[in-house]
Amino acid sequence: MATATLKTSRAQGYWDGVLKRLKRDKLTLFCAGVLLLMLIVMIAAPYVAPHSPYQGSMIRRLKPIGFPGYPLGTDELGRDMVTRLIYGGRLSWTLGISPVAIAFAIGGTLGIIAGFAGGWLGMLIMRVTDVFYAFPSVLLAVAISGALGAGIFNAVLALTLVFIPPIIRVAESVTTSVRVLDYVESARASGAGAFTIVRVHVLPNVLGPIFVYATNLISVSMILASGLSFLGLGTKPPEPEWGLMLNTLRTAIYNQPLVAMLPGLCIFTTSICFNMVSDGLRSAMDVKS
Amino acid sequence: MISTIFRRALYSLPIALAVSLFCFLLVHIAPGDPINAILPPDAPADVIAQVKESYGLDKPLPVQFGIWLFHILQGDLGRSLATGRDIWPDLHSALANTLVLALASAAIGFPLGTLFGSVAGAFRGTWIDRLAVGIAVAGVSVPHYWLGMVMVVIFSVILNWLPSMGASPDGSGAWALDWEHLSHLVLPAITLSVIPMGIVTRTLRGIVGDILNQDFITTLRGKGLKRGGLMLHVVKNAAPQALAVMGLQLGYLMGGSILVETVFAWPGTGLLLNNAIFQRDIPVLQSTILVLSMFFVGLNLAVDLAQALLDPRMRR
Repeated sequence: MATATLKTSRAQGYWDGVLKRLKRDKLTLFCAGVLLLMLIVMIAAPYVAPHSPYQGSMIRRLKPIGFPGYPLGTDELGRDMVTRLIYGGRLSWTLGISPVAIAFAIGGTLGIIAGFAGGWLGMLIMRVTDVFYAFPSVLLAVAISGALGAGIFNAVLALTLVFIPPIIRVAESVTTSVRVLDYVESARASGAGAFTIVRVHVLPNVLGPIFVYATNLISVSMILASGLSFLGLGTKPPEPEWGLMLNTLRTAIYNQPLVAMLPGLCIFTTSICFNMVSDGLRSAMDVKS
Repeated sequence: MISTIFRRALYSLPIALAVSLFCFLLVHIAPGDPINAILPPDAPADVIAQVKESYGLDKPLPVQFGIWLFHILQGDLGRSLATGRDIWPDLHSALANTLVLALASAAIGFPLGTLFGSVAGAFRGTWIDRLAVGIAVAGVSVPHYWLGMVMVVIFSVILNWLPSMGASPDGSGAWALDWEHLSHLVLPAITLSVIPMGIVTRTLRGIVGDILNQDFITTLRGKGLKRGGLMLHVVKNAAPQALAVMGLQLGYLMGGSILVETVFAWPGTGLLLNNAIFQRDIPVLQSTILVLSMFFVGLNLAVDLAQALLDPRMRR
């Protein structure tokens, strides 16, 4: 995180360099491409999905992969798997990404305040953060959404609370390292107000690292969000969602194991791609390498 | 060193208190009147009055917290809504099972992670490094509940080698050290071990790589120290950080096994939590989370102390 200080020393040139390094990183580009493709298909779901995600049929339950008209088979209620996976992605992505996005906004703000203001306010924010660190993340998510009860809103709320503390810690440490730099000192000496210093000197230097860290959390968030649904704490049937689909298809592992594995494969693919893109982004933004 | 122990222990106290406050509040963030979260809906009026009295539910929240904490400290975790039994005996056996699972996963994941991470760190930029990093990324990206299902399909359904459900052949929660019981442990333990394996690999790769780049290693090499001797220095320097990561991971294994326990019907705290969630058994949910997070707080303290013991620089 100490690299944050080096980044803007070449203002314009830095982002050009990042872009150049990213272009050379074929694996990252490939993963980003996979994610983009998934996103496009999910957005265009009503146009590309061959069937209705809700309408099933008792006579064509649990058909295998490659069944005529149903290339990925059907689920335990005879609904088309392709359609359910596409629509399921919409919910899974929303459930996985929105907690990180909200936590990025809230945790980033609190962390920058804690790092820049320091003093009792910074102390207060960081000590409260410590408390949330005393819970393993899965346990914290299960505790909150278990107490609140099932539902999309509650699941997102629970996961947001899980991701705010780590983002606060990163934001605080980056901000603290920037705050003591000479140009911030000189801005302060020249009479700039705290708000101006944060906006002009701090934000451009800390947002990058915090953002990269947040993208790294999306992978975990996807797994946890689908995990909550898998436990019955997120979405409710008949809503298509990868984790929930995996749960309802569990009974089918004896007759259609391959079909039953599909939703998990989607979670895995998304999660690993987000991880690779995040790693690629980090090394592209790291001037040392 | 004694003052370090004292100071660290003192610092965990407010954390432990705040953690119990959070667990206490779980009952209050649950929708509806807290009394409905503690007692079954058909509880007779005199029982309601008695519980209200003993928990002080008519008193202000801080007082209620004090009373609740007083009960907990005396070992009274309350009663389950679903079974009406005392929570502690059930929780106790579930904890033992979760500990067995967590330790088994750690025994698989930590050595593998250490091996992959150290080798990758020592051979940065080679194909070995890329392979190890690939395994690590896959390990942290895989939804382990899904991996569990894949394992069941392969090893239980197709090959029929290993049992897929429960912790023992007779279905009881009791655990013993024989093949029948061990065979039930294999699949869940392997499934759960992929996450710590990935994280330990990543961490150790970084640590070992950094240490090997330091000046003192170059000096030692220049002085003619052989590979074995160098290894000793690397291990000594990597140990505190590696230990910290593994300690935390053990805590995550204890607290994060709910999904895997659900898949394999492993009778641990995860299954207990899962059932509590389904039956909206808030007292069980609350107690289980309290005990698990207290375990995590204690583990954090132990890791801090072990680090201080190994590395004098940490004692400040």
